[in-house]
Amino acid sequence: MRRTVGALLRKEFLVELRTLESVPGMALFAVSTFVVFHFALDATSVNGKEAAGVLWVTLLFAAMLGVNRLFVADAEQGGFDAFLLAPVDRSALLIAKALALLAYLAVFELVAVPAFGLLLLEPSLGQSMPDLLGVLALADLGIAVIGTLVAALAVQTRARDLLGPLLALPLLVPIVIGAAKASAPLLAITAPGASPARWLLGLGLYDLVFGLIAYAVFDFLLED
Amino acid sequence: MIQLSRVGRRYGEREALRDVSLSLPTGQTLVVFGPNGAGKTTLLRILATLLRPHTGEVRVLEKQLPAQGWAVRGRIGLLGHEPLLYRELSAAENLRFHARLHGVAESRVAEVLDAVGMKDRASEAVKTLSRGMVQRVAVARAVLHEPEVLLLDEPYANLDPAAREQVAGLIGAQSGCTRVVCSHDPGGGVAEADMVLGLREGRMALLKAASDVQEGEIAELYR
Repeated sequence: MRRTVGALLRKEFLVELRTLESVPGMALFAVSTFVVFHFALDATSVNGKEAAGVLWVTLLFAAMLGVNRLFVADAEQGGFDAFLLAPVDRSALLIAKALALLAYLAVFELVAVPAFGLLLLEPSLGQSMPDLLGVLALADLGIAVIGTLVAALAVQTRARDLLGPLLALPLLVPIVIGAAKASAPLLAITAPGASPARWLLGLGLYDLVFGLIAYAVFDFLLED
Repeated sequence: MIQLSRVGRRYGEREALRDVSLSLPTGQTLVVFGPNGAGKTTLLRILATLLRPHTGEVRVLEKQLPAQGWAVRGRIGLLGHEPLLYRELSAAENLRFHARLHGVAESRVAEVLDAVGMKDRASEAVKTLSRGMVQRVAVARAVLHEPEVLLLDEPYANLDPAAREQVAGLIGAQSGCTRVVCSHDPGGGVAEADMVLGLREGRMALLKAASDVQEGEIAELYR
């Protein structure tokens, strides 16, 4: 299993490095959206709940770009068939794709979160960054698992660009709610507080439940 | 050994295959003829475990498909219309990826690339290669893991005579594999066949030992 996941991940990163189809698009989308929010809200800066909402809605829609592209090369260039012909555990594809998407999210957030801090956020990110990283990690894990599951389903249909977001967004709403609630105190201008533990716990449980569901059903998604 | 018993497959309402039955002994070659849409590719994909038959029974290498598909994957080499190669990766990178999936030593990659005459272009991205070169790399991919059964869909498409000769040792009768070959070339196809299957609209229109095939019988399938 580890060898297979390693082989798939290596291929995934090589293809992304050569095509630059996912991460740059996600980062550009996020930065552009922050600029649009800057003018649309008619405010030079935001904080607290408003800031958390802007941040997570933007990150979610930018993540959808990566989700939609996740299996496209495999579907268009026969990678699915090649994988299905190999004597390997099919769950390896779920794990490798989820890890790849998690890595893409982490890399694009390296650009998007500081850009948010510069363009829109009133308080400095420095003090709350360690806690915010924890929220980002939990939310990204959920987006990666659900995104992989939905992308594998959508890519086998003709309307994949439409079906992916339609299926993914309802499933990702609880993550946005949890992440926004957990981040709001971190982005407050007056005395930034800690993330409420119940929202972090909720995010963790949601990740776990969908991780188990994805592991249970992924083989069937790949079957004819 | 490949055994099919009344195998059928539908795509929605359309029957792509119906009641196909045959038995192909180990090491022999079955060549499948038929016009476009006759069900040749569907038959190959069922044998490759990529499609489930909707009716009938399929046995490949003594295993029932699709129930025991896991036991034959890795023992089958498929060369279809699509090369199953990532365009952005080089020939060597693609084959190393397949070698890792199949648990094959990476030294085998150079060996098969050399055998198909692509050693010198191994580091070039597949998207920059000509169709014929891509087909040669696809041949290398199909035989990389030394399969016992070869499923070949017009394997010599896009290959010049020299390349055909070069890959013949890997995917031709000399390979020693049990082979199912889809072809539109009556002369060349029958010459390399032990058995001939003719399909028309998903049904068997011809099944004979190659030595019994009469002149004009293959052409009749296409009328």
